[in-house]
Amino acid sequence: MGLKTALYDTHVLQGAKIVDFGGWEMPLHYGSQIEEHHAVRRDAGMFDVSHMGVVDLIGDRVREFLRSLLANDVGRLKVPGKALYSCMLLPSGGVIDDLIVYFMSDTWFRVVVNAGTRDKDLAWIRRHAAPFTVSATLRSDLAMIAIQGPNAREKTLPLLAPAQRAAAGELAPFFGGTFDGWFIARTGYTGEDGFEVMLPAADAAKTWNALRAQGIQPAGLGARDTLRLEAGMNLYGNDMDENHHPLESGLAWTVAFEPGDRDFIGRGALEIPRRTPGDELVGLLLEERGVLRSHQKVVPAGEVTSGTFSPTLNRSIALARVPKTASVGVQVEIRGKLHPASIVKTPFVRHGKALISV
Amino acid sequence: MHLSNIPSDLRYTKSHEWVRAAHGEPDGTVEIGITEHAQSALGDLVFVEVPEVGRAVKAGEASAVVESVKAASDVYSPVSGKVTASNGQLATQPELLNQDPYGAGWMFRVQTNAPVDDSALLSAADYANYLAEEAK
Repeated sequence: MGLKTALYDTHVLQGAKIVDFGGWEMPLHYGSQIEEHHAVRRDAGMFDVSHMGVVDLIGDRVREFLRSLLANDVGRLKVPGKALYSCMLLPSGGVIDDLIVYFMSDTWFRVVVNAGTRDKDLAWIRRHAAPFTVSATLRSDLAMIAIQGPNAREKTLPLLAPAQRAAAGELAPFFGGTFDGWFIARTGYTGEDGFEVMLPAADAAKTWNALRAQGIQPAGLGARDTLRLEAGMNLYGNDMDENHHPLESGLAWTVAFEPGDRDFIGRGALEIPRRTPGDELVGLLLEERGVLRSHQKVVPAGEVTSGTFSPTLNRSIALARVPKTASVGVQVEIRGKLHPASIVKTPFVRHGKALISV
Repeated sequence: MHLSNIPSDLRYTKSHEWVRAAHGEPDGTVEIGITEHAQSALGDLVFVEVPEVGRAVKAGEASAVVESVKAASDVYSPVSGKVTASNGQLATQPELLNQDPYGAGWMFRVQTNAPVDDSALLSAADYANYLAEEAK
């Protein structure tokens, strides 16, 4: 039996098709993955993301520790509540995981890591935290619900306690805060506005059902994947891993080389690649019918890292790792045949709107 | 698991195709598609590739492809023969396979030139038993 979140029974009652995801028994969809996708783009949907690892880092030197641990620079976080997206790298430059870090206070930062990498992440964090006397606590007592879509915030706010409502209503994008024991952040993984709410696991089912009564569509991992890919967001294990550095994974923007004297883990390995032409991660649009999938070969050179059918564009899209010298027109091998595809700028879709013409 | 719709007048395969003998056609033309169970397991279908008319197919040969949002799956011809028709509507409306797998979602027709070897195919009751076994 796999691990279950506090919402597992609720998902089953609501008709979810359950699949294994990184050792967790999670909903794939509740009937139609495409309808769930559209609900998030057009109205509001919600995801159980309690399987992700919430880790609280506490200590007087926590900022100094994270400036050494992460490729992005938490020194950029000046205002409590502000979030930062970053990779955690091996000395080789390979990506251990991607994560969100929230600046809670001068002695407390909260990071959210992927479910499938949680154990290795924790071990790595603890090993490097020890010299800084920073403690790392996995918050298994919390559930997490992501409510996403153009109407997500206005449908969620009325359910919050008055003090939470006032504070959450004023959150700027990529900020979060603890209000009445709930951590509410204006973040997500869909390319839409919304909240991610961390709350005591005991409150999860009641809250989920109240959100559902507000007309928020439960959505599974299937829709989560098509939404994130349309939004041009990477998935750990597909678009980045320990064998690829962030510069060839579309994540150069998350590596803070300045200030130059900040010696984060993996920095040394990136100094040569940052100055030499190599591979990069790009968006692909298939010019014909068919569906791009991970590991398909790109001709003349490269490989699809994530591919799917885009419900918003009604076409197949992908992320692919190709040489920086690649021209716009490429071909992808699908079941032994070559099909034309174009390299396009990502995101493909944001805030409900297609950003590329098909 | 909910009970699948398994029409009694069709024959089935363990790879979840169905076969319908066309009525009154002496040349042994049969119609082929995927079952209710198959479409449900695959989820929302977004792309279907049917065989070209005129192609010779062998029983058990991968002859068509159905792709859901998540994955591509081969569809195996349950019989040998020549493809006489394929459902062009599926190119623009792959969702027909989800909505009406035994009707508007038919995939292709094969002229077998010989009576279909029923012994290689499952009856509705046998297929239902097979699904029940698979679910255990």
